[in-house]
Amino acid sequence: MGRRVAIVGVGQTYHKSHRPDVNSREMIREAVTAALADAELTIRDIDAIVIGNMDHFESINYVDTYSVEGSGGVMKPIMKVSTGGTTGATVAIAAYYHVASGLFDRVLAIGFEKNSESDTTGAIITCSDAIWDRFSYSGAIPSLATEATAYMEKYGATQEDAAIIGERDRNNALNNPFAHLQRPLTVADIMASPMLAYPIKLGDICPRSDGACACVLAADGVAQKIARKPAWFKAAAVRHTYTWFGDSTDYNKGLVSMQRASKDAYQQAGITKPAEEIDVAELYLPYTWAGLKWIEDIGFCGPGEGVRFVRDGNTHMGGKIPVNPSGDVISTNCIGATALLRVAEAAIQVMGKGGKRQVPDVKNALATGFGGCFWSDVVILSTERP
Amino acid sequence: MAHQVESERLVSVFAYPMPYEWSIGLYGSKFFQEIKQNRRFVGIRCDGCGKVYVPPRRVCGPCFRELTELVTLSDTGIITAFSVVNYPFIDPNTGAQRPIPYTYGYIKLDGADNIFSHIINEMDLSKIKVGMKVRAIFKDTAEMQGNIQDIKYFDIVR
Repeated sequence: MGRRVAIVGVGQTYHKSHRPDVNSREMIREAVTAALADAELTIRDIDAIVIGNMDHFESINYVDTYSVEGSGGVMKPIMKVSTGGTTGATVAIAAYYHVASGLFDRVLAIGFEKNSESDTTGAIITCSDAIWDRFSYSGAIPSLATEATAYMEKYGATQEDAAIIGERDRNNALNNPFAHLQRPLTVADIMASPMLAYPIKLGDICPRSDGACACVLAADGVAQKIARKPAWFKAAAVRHTYTWFGDSTDYNKGLVSMQRASKDAYQQAGITKPAEEIDVAELYLPYTWAGLKWIEDIGFCGPGEGVRFVRDGNTHMGGKIPVNPSGDVISTNCIGATALLRVAEAAIQVMGKGGKRQVPDVKNALATGFGGCFWSDVVILSTERP
Repeated sequence: MAHQVESERLVSVFAYPMPYEWSIGLYGSKFFQEIKQNRRFVGIRCDGCGKVYVPPRRVCGPCFRELTELVTLSDTGIITAFSVVNYPFIDPNTGAQRPIPYTYGYIKLDGADNIFSHIINEMDLSKIKVGMKVRAIFKDTAEMQGNIQDIKYFDIVR
């Protein structure tokens, strides 16, 4: 067991499809400055930095060194972590390891992306195997669509069922001043939107955003002096499978990486009934079907029960376990920052700083990262020092 | 480097080819040779977990064990999932727009335990379903180049 660690400050930029007014270093600095202000610290208080974004997206090598004047990392220990869509959560977890190790007291975790600087689909295709997969692969949408067709076949879920997730999250985004898309979207709107890759329509999938997020993590004894209500790490789990799609997908078993990561996280946190013991969840749901299927993999309900669980209102604001008060990925998607935003938003909920998107009386908040070829990260934060 | 002017904010554009050369490996090469010589697939069995992988590779990830036992397979399989790709995008393989629509499929080849991704020659949603049997359609031998496009696509067996 390492040292206890808490998030004591979070910051994010506003999100937009294109930020030609800043380069990515300058955009990173906006998030870092906001996180430091939230923690009432200065960059001189930071002992080390972990930063990440998507490989190949901006065609910038060594983003850790590239971005030093934005991250505040000049002549500080700094490391880059890049794990595809999970990057942001993996960055948070790597920063947690830094502090838990006892070597650093205050560490910054940073995720960013300027999707506008490259062709997102083209860049994502380069994540697939050059010899075997790249010829037929066409980016994130169809690999998710294949999961949706298999889920529909197995459990009889419909396109309307999935659209409820889009309506829910886009509606929640109206309460989040940082969200990229702040226009409501109904089930009917989603059903009427153009078909991109059956059964995924434009309204079912996340946007491309420019933006950055930063979190300040601090050690036990330090955290209490910085924050009135630190968001304590109760669990952090990483499960990454193959990069070959054919090896990482088994539709009879479900999203195995999410099942394993959440099981590990629940064990670390001593949680036996997730839907009862977790008060709010920020789940990385890049497309609507994920909001039905992955809540089964994460154990909020049983296999095949996702549609019923969502239709009964359990995951809406005011429900048993509100999912994505921030509006989530379907409203904002600056990919390298997206999973860190999930962790940051979970911390915001624990710290009670959610404003209009705050869920009342949060003790435990769960955040996930999803990416690569069906990889998963899970973090559980709590008001309770473990 | 060209420069695009957008009011006072300049954007720097890079738009040139950057070639790469990827090694396919011994077993990967055998996969393409088997297609060319016998118009069928070859996989590889792990003597730890018994799983048959296609395409064949040198190591079983979960067992972290060296693989040596090549297994010849047929040219048929079952659709486990699919999607009809219907949006335009630039293909990083060619630098040009990939022709759409096309059907992207995950296929469990007969005798294999993992899934193989390729194209299925059916874009009509009323005529394709998870669970259908498919057969690989290969290029003419003279046209084969030892890459994934030596398989033209998979046809549904009706």
